This record gives sequence, structure tokens and C-alpha cells, in this order.
Amino acid sequence: MAGLSFDLIALQLFAGLALGAIYVLFAIGLSLIFGMLTVVNFAHGAFYMVGAYVGLYLISIGGNFWICLVAVPIVIGLFGLAVERVLIRPLYGRGIDYPLLLTFGLSYVMVECVRIAFGKTGYPFDTPDVLQGAVDIGVGYFPLYRLFVIGATAVVLLALWLFLEKTSYGLIIRAGARDPQIVRVLGVDVSRVWLIVFGIGTAIAGFAGLLAAPLQGVIPEMGGTILAEAFVVTVVGGMGSIGGAVLAGLLVGVVVSMTSLFAPEMAKVSIFALMAIVLIVRPQGFFGRAGLMS
Amino acid sequence: MTETAQSIKPHRATTGSWYEFATRHRASIAAAVILIFPLVMPFTALAVNILIYGLYALGFNLVFGYLGLLSFGHAALFGTGAYLCGIAIVHFGWPWYAAIAAGVAGGLLMALLIGVLAIRTRGIYFAMVTMALSQCVYYLFYQAVDLTGGENGLRGINVRTIDLFGLRIDFINPMIRYYVIAAFVIAAFFVMSRILASPFGAVVEAVRENGVRARASGYDVTLTRLLTFILSGGFCGLAGALQALHLSIVPIEILHYETSGLVVMIALLGGMGTFFGPMIGAAVFLVLENIVSVWTVHWQLIVGAIFIACVLFFPAGIWGTLIARGRR
Repeated sequence: MAGLSFDLIALQLFAGLALGAIYVLFAIGLSLIFGMLTVVNFAHGAFYMVGAYVGLYLISIGGNFWICLVAVPIVIGLFGLAVERVLIRPLYGRGIDYPLLLTFGLSYVMVECVRIAFGKTGYPFDTPDVLQGAVDIGVGYFPLYRLFVIGATAVVLLALWLFLEKTSYGLIIRAGARDPQIVRVLGVDVSRVWLIVFGIGTAIAGFAGLLAAPLQGVIPEMGGTILAEAFVVTVVGGMGSIGGAVLAGLLVGVVVSMTSLFAPEMAKVSIFALMAIVLIVRPQGFFGRAGLMS
Repeated sequence: MTETAQSIKPHRATTGSWYEFATRHRASIAAAVILIFPLVMPFTALAVNILIYGLYALGFNLVFGYLGLLSFGHAALFGTGAYLCGIAIVHFGWPWYAAIAAGVAGGLLMALLIGVLAIRTRGIYFAMVTMALSQCVYYLFYQAVDLTGGENGLRGINVRTIDLFGLRIDFINPMIRYYVIAAFVIAAFFVMSRILASPFGAVVEAVRENGVRARASGYDVTLTRLLTFILSGGFCGLAGALQALHLSIVPIEILHYETSGLVVMIALLGGMGTFFGPMIGAAVFLVLENIVSVWTVHWQLIVGAIFIACVLFFPAGIWGTLIARGRR
């Protein structure tokens, strides 16, 4: 009995990491955009949802999952670029609440457009054939697709890290996050950097939506729930911190899956309890800079 | 009296502009408008809705407009008011006035709980934390099926007659129902006007304008924020309680974050930080919803588009823009 429950806990831990991987992808996009643009993207959930639907559409016209993995981030990223250029750019310098309110309105439009195009009811999303089944990971059989989600997240994180830390453009982005004015004085077109960061952030959101689709299906409202949960991740990890988003995302995923094992009725509430504790003990989050709070 | 007022605010002394008049008698004007309002509306149920959502937005505006904090969790305050009022009637058989008091107390208490946590963060965090906490409240009420009816909502809040000092009033009659609810809303308007005119109201606005300077002047900024949030909870709790009596059911959607978003839209549309803005916003929003719903089911698309347009081109809202004209 004791050995069995240990295996069960280990498996549940891995399931939590897979769930957490989705949170991580969602939250780093949110965090990246906030860290650079000081815009809280309330439409992030809508981009995530549209990502899943674009994947659904591509597969329905004969594409496969691998094409989606490439095409969805590109489509959503381009859409994100357009949104930043047309809607968000006029709001810079007009107070931190306005972009938030605008993206909130945008999320309504996006959700309703998807409802018009695909209907109000959800769809199942098939796991690609190659990734079906389960593999033995030492403590028991674990769904292959969830393992793939963890792996894909790790690849995206690595690519993002290399881009931000090792390329000259990444250097500009990091400098822009710290002091946009100096960067502008040095002759860099900061608004263009912001445009690209918004595009990257939304592209990752679309990618996360596609990865989540086989796990939970697609439905127009899927973005709203994860948005609230991602806010928990950002508060716990510290806003604007990518490392914080990774750690907190995985932690939140594990907390959800552990409570659904031991106290299923508390699974949804547990992460908010986690947030409450973090707010009391360390209001700026694990890696948050105190200055960003005000 | 008028002379001192004019000498203090010379720039506003333009011989009795309508704006000056409207500000001085704001609560009375609100009361007068509310009293004749149902006579000009196509049907009374819409007028009742506008009253209730106007009151909800009035409470929200205290935090958003006057304190300058954007809350995305006001559905929790509104919904707790509605649920506690409903539970008091359905499960405990309390009389209607006690149930309304329970709703107000629920709103105050929930605002205290959320406020204590959320006030620890400021700026942009506040919107995120309040939204996450209200989502938590949603799940808690959703799971307490025995008390709240869970997914089906709380049913059976049947208040047919209202006893008032020995008088039995027929609450089913839509016109009477309107005026009973209006009495509470008008009272709330007078209380709100009093709060804003008080020294405390001045501190609230000082905190919005410059928190650091307000602290340097010796005011407890954190306490002011918390108290304002709690007061806002009282107004929203009252609105929720009236909503429960009006609908005779509390749907679980009342706690959904879209209900929080709705009040943000109403306040922004009407004009944040203005006295009449919330009520005007509620009236315009709900009348528009009624008209648009006739020819399309995709009302949310229109809502989102209007909201985006408001943020981009019209951030002062309807009443805010009128005030700016009136001051000129």
C-alpha cells in the first residue's frame, strides 16, 4: 500500500508538471509583455484560446499537428503584432489601466468572433497518433502526450533564454525592460522592440493553447479560466520575472494536481490559497522587484 | 456661504453654470431622476435593472474612480450580497429587511477579506489579485451546493408582500417593486454623497492623486484604501441583495468574472470618478443591450467593440465629457 501510494504520488507529480508547463508558457508571455511594456494583457487568455482554434481549423483542412506547432505561433504572433500596432500603441503614456481595459474589451470581441465562427459548444481535440499511449517512466505508466508537453515547454524556454541572453536583439530587449528612455537615447527604436515583444508573448500564448487543446478540448471560454490562474502564477512568481514565472507555474501545476489527488473538491481553491499565503508572507512574489508593485 | 465658496474656487464661479448646480444638489437630483425614471422607460423590469446595476457601479466607482484602484473582483462583493440575502430568506426564513441587512453585511465582510489581501499590492497588481480572489469566491460558492444550490443557483427567494409598519405592500406589482428598490438606491445615493463630501472623502481623493504626499501629510494610506474598499463592498452588497429580491433567484453567474468586467465597463462608459457617471453608464449600457439583443445574439461583440472605442477615444465617459464641457 505504501509503495503504491508513493508511485501514485510520483505520477501525480508528473501530471502536475505537465499542467504546470502550460501555466509556465502562458505566464512567461504575460510576464514578458508586462516586464517590457508594463501592459497587463487581459486578452492573453483569448490569444491562447484562438491558438487552439487555429490549430483545430488547420487540422480540419488537412493539416497535421506538427504543422500546427509551427503555424499556430506564427499566425497568433502576427495577430498580436497587429493588435499592438493598431490598438495598444496609442495608449502608451496614458496610465497603466488603459491598456488593461482595452485588452479586456478585446478579449470579448475575440471570444465572440470565435463563437460566431465555430459555435458556442466546445470540440474535442485529438492527440496526434504518434503521441498516443503511455510510457514507463520508472514509477508507472505516464501519458506520452503529457511528457511531450513538458518537453516542448522546455524547448520553448531554452529558445527564449538563448534569444534573450545570447543575441544582440535580446540584449536590447533586456535593456529596454530596465530603462526604455536610455535605450531610446542610444538610438534604438523602442516602440519597435515593444511591438516584437508583444508578438512573441502572444505567439507563446497561442502555442500554449495548442498544447493544452488535446488535454482538455477547445471551447471559447477556455481562456478566461487560465487567465485568472495565470494571475496567481504571476503574483506568486513575481511580475516581470521569467524565472519566477517558470518556478511558480510548475508549483501551481503541482499544487493543483496534488490537491485533486488528496482533496478533489479543494483543487480549484487551493491555488488561490497559495496566492493568499504568498501575498501575506512576500507580497512582491518569489522573484518580484519591489519597485514594480507601485 | 456662497460668497466664501466663490472666493475659494474663483475659476468655478461662472454665474451658476449647470455643472455647479448639479454638483451641489447631486443626491437630490439623482433622487428626482430615479423617481420619474420608470415613467419614461419602455418597461419597468429594465428600469429596475438599471437601478440595481447603477447602484453596483456606484459602489465600484468609489474604488475605481475616487480611490483610483482598478478592481476586477467586484463580482465577489455583489454576488456575496445577493447570496447572503437569498440564503437568509430561503434557509433561515428571515424577513426581507433583515435579509437585505445580511446582504449588506456580506458585502462588507467579503470586501474586508479581499481587501486585506489585495491592498497589500498596488498598481496593476490590484486588478489581478482582486480578479483571482473573486474567482476563488466563485468556486467556494459553487461547491457549497447545500447552501447555494451550486450550478443551478439559489432558487425560491419568494418575497410576495412586504410588511412596512403594519402596511402590506404587494412586491409582485412591478411599479411598486421599482419604488421599493428605488427607496434603497436613493438612500444609498445620499449616503455616497455624504461620504464624498466628508473629510474622509477628501482623503480618499488625496490618496488617488498622490499617495506619497497623502502619507507625508499624516494620513494612513493603507487604512484609507482598505476602508474605502470595505465601504464599496457595502454598496455592492446592497445592490446584490436587491438583485436577489428582484430576480427571486441568485444565479451562479453573478460571481463570474464577467460580472466584474461588466461594472468596469459601466463605470468607464458613464464616466469614472463622477457622481452620476455610474447610473448614466448603467442606463446607456442596459438600454443598448436591450435594443441590440433584438437583432443579434452577439451582444458581446458589440460590448467589446464599444469598450475598446471608449478606452481609445472616449476615456472620460459620457458624464465626464459633459462635465469637461460644463467647466469650460
